[in-house]
Amino acid sequence: MSTVPPGPLLDVAELAKRFTVGAKQGLLARATSFRKPVAPLPQLHAVDEVSFTIGRGETVGLVGESGCGKSTLVRLINRLLDPTSGSIRLGGTELADFKARDFAANPHRARIQMVFQDAGDSLNPRYTAADAIADPVRRLKKTSGAELTARVEALADMTGLPRELLSRFPHQLSGGQKARVGIARAIAVEPELLILDEPTAALDVSVQVVILQLLQQLKRELGMSYLFVSHDLNVVRLLCDRVLVMYLGKVVEQGPAAEVFADPRHPYTRALISAIPQAVPEQRAGRLRLDGEPRSPIDPDPRVCRFYGRCPKGTPRCAEEMPLLHPAGAARQVACHFA
Amino acid sequence: MLPLLRHARYVLSENPVTGLAFGLFALFLIAALFGPVLAPYNPLQSNAAMALKPPSAAHWFGTDQLGRDIFSRVLVATRLDLTIAFASVILAFMLGALSGVAAGYFGGWTDRIVGRLADTIMAFPLFVLAMGIVAALGNEVINIVIATAIINFPLYARVARAEANVRRDAGFVEAARLSGNGEARVVLGHVLPNIMPIMMVQMSLTMGYAILNAAGLSFIGLGVRPPDAEWGIMVAEGANFIQSGEWWIALFPGATLMLAVFCFNLLGDGLRDIIDPRMRT
Repeated sequence: MSTVPPGPLLDVAELAKRFTVGAKQGLLARATSFRKPVAPLPQLHAVDEVSFTIGRGETVGLVGESGCGKSTLVRLINRLLDPTSGSIRLGGTELADFKARDFAANPHRARIQMVFQDAGDSLNPRYTAADAIADPVRRLKKTSGAELTARVEALADMTGLPRELLSRFPHQLSGGQKARVGIARAIAVEPELLILDEPTAALDVSVQVVILQLLQQLKRELGMSYLFVSHDLNVVRLLCDRVLVMYLGKVVEQGPAAEVFADPRHPYTRALISAIPQAVPEQRAGRLRLDGEPRSPIDPDPRVCRFYGRCPKGTPRCAEEMPLLHPAGAARQVACHFA
Repeated sequence: MLPLLRHARYVLSENPVTGLAFGLFALFLIAALFGPVLAPYNPLQSNAAMALKPPSAAHWFGTDQLGRDIFSRVLVATRLDLTIAFASVILAFMLGALSGVAAGYFGGWTDRIVGRLADTIMAFPLFVLAMGIVAALGNEVINIVIATAIINFPLYARVARAEANVRRDAGFVEAARLSGNGEARVVLGHVLPNIMPIMMVQMSLTMGYAILNAAGLSFIGLGVRPPDAEWGIMVAEGANFIQSGEWWIALFPGATLMLAVFCFNLLGDGLRDIIDPRMRT
């Protein structure tokens, strides 16, 4: 890549993924119901018209509760899953047109890699650490022999994995060592965008810090951009330049991390941030508690705000008009009528 | 390779029964490879003067109605029986494991076709199906192999399908796709090696079953034809003489058959411990 095209590294526009839920009708039901109109099957809106960008060298945090569509969004971007509609442009190349099942052989495959949430589950139990790290290099960079061995050892050194451990199987490694193998594998093909899917969730607190420092250091050395998915808001505040807040498949707020954490505009963001544990009891006062359950993501009413029913505000207008993501300040966007 | 050997020694010292099974297996292997050389008599040579003699120093297992040495015949038959069993197990493994893994990983139509095929085979009484296949294809040894492989196919396909299905959404499968492995490579290079320990146990267990099946078909006169030495035929021939007191004709081939089945069943457990890397410490 001699010439760097202008614009953001990743440009996701109106990306949507809907899953069909409910049992498909059987042959008998279809054969006998030819006169009746076929009712459309219910659709689960996992990711609903999401747009955002990631600049070169930028770290963008993605936060939101379980089941809000974070994982689906990540799988769409790293092309393990085909979107229903929308575009994913990486440095000017449209990736959404490539089929996920053929993407492994695509020359753009090496440009997006991922560090998985559970390092243990993401390592093949029958591959040694060296095999795991070598796999992407062998497949995507067509390297073999002594060159491959040298590359694997260099990657182990970069990620702080002792070379003696390269011949071990995953079950013979500690959690932190497995995390290092996962990181070494992800950076092995020099990706431009590295997706970190809760990279420290399965680790001890003491190891978390070390791994996060390693990730920061690698980002500087290799000039990657990060999409950092996390439940740990303190880590997001610390590491991310910008943050995206997702709720039920929609981005409800985005902006520079410092601003969003200092002055959350969307009620959901406010609730999230006030849920960060506080050491000083006095600061726990005025905590925003959410009651009730999230609305169903299956065939949601397009007019009702996704947060309606759980939102402390919740006016009649929220049930009639879906708030769109609109600018709120210089670099921020919020999807709420009252922000 | 050295760590594997060290691990094998560890497993054997922990579990002497596995050691016994491996010892028996080695004996069967030697008999299969060198049987014709080791046999003290020509297994096909009849000798009317020596007919129906009980076990003695000269004829350890006695002689049959034609005066043939039963020990030599049992020894020589090992090669034929093991070859049939090995060939059919490997054929069943290749067909069953590949289609089962594909069914479990891809789901959809692949799954439906493989599943219904397995169901159809399972719907028959398996031994009768094997008889039918040999009768239809022709009374030859190769057809015993094919018939035994077909009746074992559903066992392999189902185990492989179930094991592949739980792994299709595992993190390492997604990671393999991110690493640039196409679907075929993910299935063969990442999913299949993980179900090999279970398939090895399955192979060892069905190995015993395959020997029984081949002997059973020969017993009722299909496949191997006299005067060839084969355990099933020998039991069938000896069965006629049990009532008149010549028990050794049927007993020794039958006991060998039992020992072979026993050996392969025990071997399955031991093999799993050696192959599964999670058992390695």
